Amino acid sequence: MDNLSLLFQAPPLALQLVIEGILLGGIFALAAYGMALVWGVMNIINIVQGEWVVLGGFVALVTHNALGTPVMLGIPVAAVALFAIGWACYHTIIFRIVDRDLFTSILATFGLSILFQQLMNTVFGSDVRTLDSGLGTWHWMNNMVTVSQTKVVGFVLAGIIAVVLTLFMRNSRMGQAIRATAQNARAARILGIDTDKVYAFTYGLNAAVCGAAGAIVVMAFTIHPYQGLIYTVRSFTIVVVAGLGNLPGVIASAFGLGVAEQYAGFTLGAEYQNAFVFLLLVVILIARNLKLQRERKVLR
Amino acid sequence: MTDASISTAGGAGKAKIAGGYSTLLVLSIAAPLLFPAYVTQFTFLWILVVIALCWNIMGGEMGYNSFGNIVFFGVGMYTASVVQVGMFADVAQYTAAKGGVSLDLTVTQYLVGMGLGILAGAVLSVIVAGVLGLGMLGLRGHYFAIGTLGLGIAAGELAAGWEYIGAGSGMVPPQFPASLDRGNILYFMSFVLAIATFFALRRLYRGRFGLALNAIRDDEDKAEAMGLHTTLYKTVAWCVSAFFTAMAGAITGYVVGFIDPIYVAFAGITYGVWMVLMTVLGGKGTIWGPVIGAAVFHITQELFWTYLLGWQRVALGLLIVLIVVFFPKGIVGYVRDKFPERFGYKVDAATADAATDPALGQTAGKSGGSQ
Amino acid sequence: MSALLEVNNVSKAFGGVVANQDISLRVNEGEIVGVIGPNGSGKTTLFNSIVGAHPIDGGSIQFRGEELSNLRVPHIARRGLLRTFQQTRIYKQMTCVENMLISVPHQREGLLTMLSAYPQATYDEAYEILEFVGLYAKRNLRAGELSFGQQKLLEFAMALMDKPKMLLLDEPTAGINPTLINGLLDRLQHANRQLGITLLVIEHNMRVMMNLAQRIYCLAHGQLLAEGDPETVRNDHRVVDAYLGGQ
Repeated sequence: MDNLSLLFQAPPLALQLVIEGILLGGIFALAAYGMALVWGVMNIINIVQGEWVVLGGFVALVTHNALGTPVMLGIPVAAVALFAIGWACYHTIIFRIVDRDLFTSILATFGLSILFQQLMNTVFGSDVRTLDSGLGTWHWMNNMVTVSQTKVVGFVLAGIIAVVLTLFMRNSRMGQAIRATAQNARAARILGIDTDKVYAFTYGLNAAVCGAAGAIVVMAFTIHPYQGLIYTVRSFTIVVVAGLGNLPGVIASAFGLGVAEQYAGFTLGAEYQNAFVFLLLVVILIARNLKLQRERKVLR
Repeated sequence: MTDASISTAGGAGKAKIAGGYSTLLVLSIAAPLLFPAYVTQFTFLWILVVIALCWNIMGGEMGYNSFGNIVFFGVGMYTASVVQVGMFADVAQYTAAKGGVSLDLTVTQYLVGMGLGILAGAVLSVIVAGVLGLGMLGLRGHYFAIGTLGLGIAAGELAAGWEYIGAGSGMVPPQFPASLDRGNILYFMSFVLAIATFFALRRLYRGRFGLALNAIRDDEDKAEAMGLHTTLYKTVAWCVSAFFTAMAGAITGYVVGFIDPIYVAFAGITYGVWMVLMTVLGGKGTIWGPVIGAAVFHITQELFWTYLLGWQRVALGLLIVLIVVFFPKGIVGYVRDKFPERFGYKVDAATADAATDPALGQTAGKSGGSQ
Repeated sequence: MSALLEVNNVSKAFGGVVANQDISLRVNEGEIVGVIGPNGSGKTTLFNSIVGAHPIDGGSIQFRGEELSNLRVPHIARRGLLRTFQQTRIYKQMTCVENMLISVPHQREGLLTMLSAYPQATYDEAYEILEFVGLYAKRNLRAGELSFGQQKLLEFAMALMDKPKMLLLDEPTAGINPTLINGLLDRLQHANRQLGITLLVIEHNMRVMMNLAQRIYCLAHGQLLAEGDPETVRNDHRVVDAYLGGQ
C-alpha cells in the first residue's frame, strides 16, 4: 500500500496506469462482447471463453513460429481457426445444452474449459509465452510514461474489430438473423430463420472474436495455458455491469476494469492482482443484488 | 427426498437394509488391511464421498450450485496445520523455513494438536460460511455459481500471497510420528468422517430441514410467500456443508503431506469441480447419489491415471462434459425415474373413494404418472 | 365486522406505466370479496402490492391494524396473509404430502425446530386436507406430475395447511375443466364458512364471481371503477364498457 503515496508524488505514474488499463481494456471488451453475444442469443454462459482467447494466442504463436509469417497475420489466422473450433464445438456439444438450464451450460462449458486448458498444457507446454512484434516503445514525460507501440496497435485493431462486428450485426442478413433469434427464437424459427445455423454461427463468431483478441494478447502481453479463467471472469464481470445489449457500456466497463486492475496491481502488489479481479466480481454481484433487494427484487 | 421406501419397508426389508450397511462396514474396515498398498486411494475415496455429500446439500437439495465450497476445504486444511504448529512453535518462523524446521512433537502432542486443529478448522469454516453467506446467499442461480467460483479462486490467490501461512511455497504439516501407522490412521479418520457426515445428513434430511431445502430449490419465491425462513435455512445449510468439508480438507492436508495454496488447498479446478461432478454423476438431491458418484469417479480417475498418464486431466475435462450433457440426472436419478414406485412415488388410493371424487376420476389406477 | 384488510390510496408504477392509481378497498373479517376487471387493469399488481412482492409508491396497506407496506413477503405471510399465484406455484419435485408438510405455519424457527421431524398429527392434518381437495391418493406422487387442475388444488391445499387468516386467490378457476369448477367453488366456500378464512378473489369467470363474492370491486386501467354487491356491479354500465372496450 506504500505505493499509493508514489501515485501522488509522481502523477505521470497515474497516467501510466490509466493508459495501460485502457489498452488492456480494449481486449477485455472484445471478449466480453462475445460472451454477451452468446449469452443473449443462446442463453449460455460460456465459461470456456477465456480458453478461446488463450488458444487464439497459441494459434498465432504457432503460425508465426512454424511458418515465419508476419506477426500481425496471426490475428486473422487465429480468428478463422477459432471460428472453426467454435463451430465444431457447437455441432458436437453445445447444441445439446442450448435449451437446458443455465447451471448445465455453466458446468458443461466449465468442463470444456478444463478440457482445453489441459489440452493446451499438454500440447504447448506450461511456459509463459509471448510473440515479439518487432515494434518499439514510446517514452514520454522523461521516461515516466512508457507505452508499448504493440499495445497501441493491438488496441486500434481491437477497435477496428469492434466496429466491423457492429456493422455486421446491424447490416448483414446473418447479423439481423442473430438479433432476431436473440429476441425471440421461436418467432424467428416460424419466420424461416434456421436457428440452429444462427446458433452455430454465433458460437463460432464468439470464438473467432476471442481468438483475435488472443492473437493480440500474445504479442502485446503474454499467454499461458492456465490463464483462461481470469479472462472468463473479466468478461462475466463486464457483462454483469454493462448488461446484455449495451456495447458502449461494455466498452466503458472494460476500460474501467482494465484501469482498476492496474491500480490494484500497483497498490496491492502484482501477486494480488488476480485475486482483485475475482473478488471484484463478487463485490459487484453483491452490491448489485443489495441495490435490487431494496426494491424487493433479485438479480436474475 | 422421500424416504418413504425405507420407512415403509417391512421387517424383511429392514433386515436387508441393515445387512447392506453391515457388509459395507466390514468391507470398509477390511480393505486397507487386505490391500495396504492402496490405503491412500481408499482414504481419498472417503474424502471424496464427504465433499460430494456436502456439495449435495447446496447444489442437490437446495439448488444453490456452489463452485466455491473449496474455500472451506482449504480453510480446514490450513487451519488444522496452523493450529497444530501454533500450539508448539511460532507459525511464521515455521512457514518461513519452508519445511526445514522439524517440530519434534511427542505422539500425544501431535495427536492433540491434530485433533484440535481439525476441530478449529471446522469451526472457522462455519464462521466463514456464515459471513460469506450474508452477501452470497442473496444471489440466485448462475450468479451464485459464478460468484462462488470467483471466491474459490480468489481464496487460493490470497493464500498464495500470505506469508504467514507460507505464501506461494505452501506449508508443510508437522511430521507424522514415525511410531504410528500413518496410512491406516488417516484412512480410519476419513472413514469415520464419511460415516458421521452420511448419517448426520440423513438425519437432517429426514425432518423439516430436508423439505425446507427442497422447497427453496423448487421455488424459493413460493417458499418465501408461504412464510418459510429461507435465509436461516440457506445459512445453516451452507454452514453444515462447510463444517464437514473443512474436516475433509484438513485430513487431505495430512494425507498429501504438503499444503499448496492453489493446487491442494483451494484447488478450484480439481477438488472444487470434482465435488460438483461426483454429485451430478451419482444423482443430485439423493443421499446415496454423491456416495455412488464419488466411488465411480474415484475408480475412473485412478484408471485414467494408470492408463492415460499425461492425458488424464484432458480425459477428466471430457468426462465432465459427457456427464453433464448426456447423463445429467446421474445414476440414482436415472434409477429413480425408471422405478419410481420403489422410491415411494406411487398412487395409493388406500382410503380415498375413487367413485365419488372427481379429481381422482381419470388417472386413478395409473401408477408413476407421466412427465 | 371489523376491517381485516384496509388498502388506502395505493399507487404503483413500473417505469412510466402506472399499474395502480389511488386504489382503496377494504375486506371485512369473514367476507368473500371479489376483484374483477379486464386484462391489464392492475389486479395482480394490486395483489403483489398487498403481499409485499414489491414496494408501493404511495398509500397504505393495513392488515389487522398493522401497516404492511414496509414489510417483506415472508413477514407478511407469517402474519396470516397468504396468496395463490396465477401460474400456480408448487414444489414440483417434492411429493404432494411433502408439499403439504412444508406448508405448516412457520411462526418461529430455530435450530431445534429445523431439526425436528414432523409429528403424526401434522401428517394427519395434511392427509385430511389432501382428502378435502381430492388428492389423497396422489399424496406420494411428485407434484410436478399432477395435471394442471390438480396442481391448482394442491396449491389451494397448501394454503389451507398454512392456516391463513386471509387468502388472496389469483384466478383460482382459470384453466380448470368447467365440470370441476363447482367442486372448487364448494371448497372455497367451505374454507370461508367452516374454517373462517377471509377471501379476496380475482376472477374472470363471472358465474363463479357472482356465486362466490359478497362484494365486488372492479378495476380498469389501474383505477377503481366501481364497487358494490355483485348484481349492482355487474349491471354498472361503466363495468360493461370497460370489458367491452367502449369509452
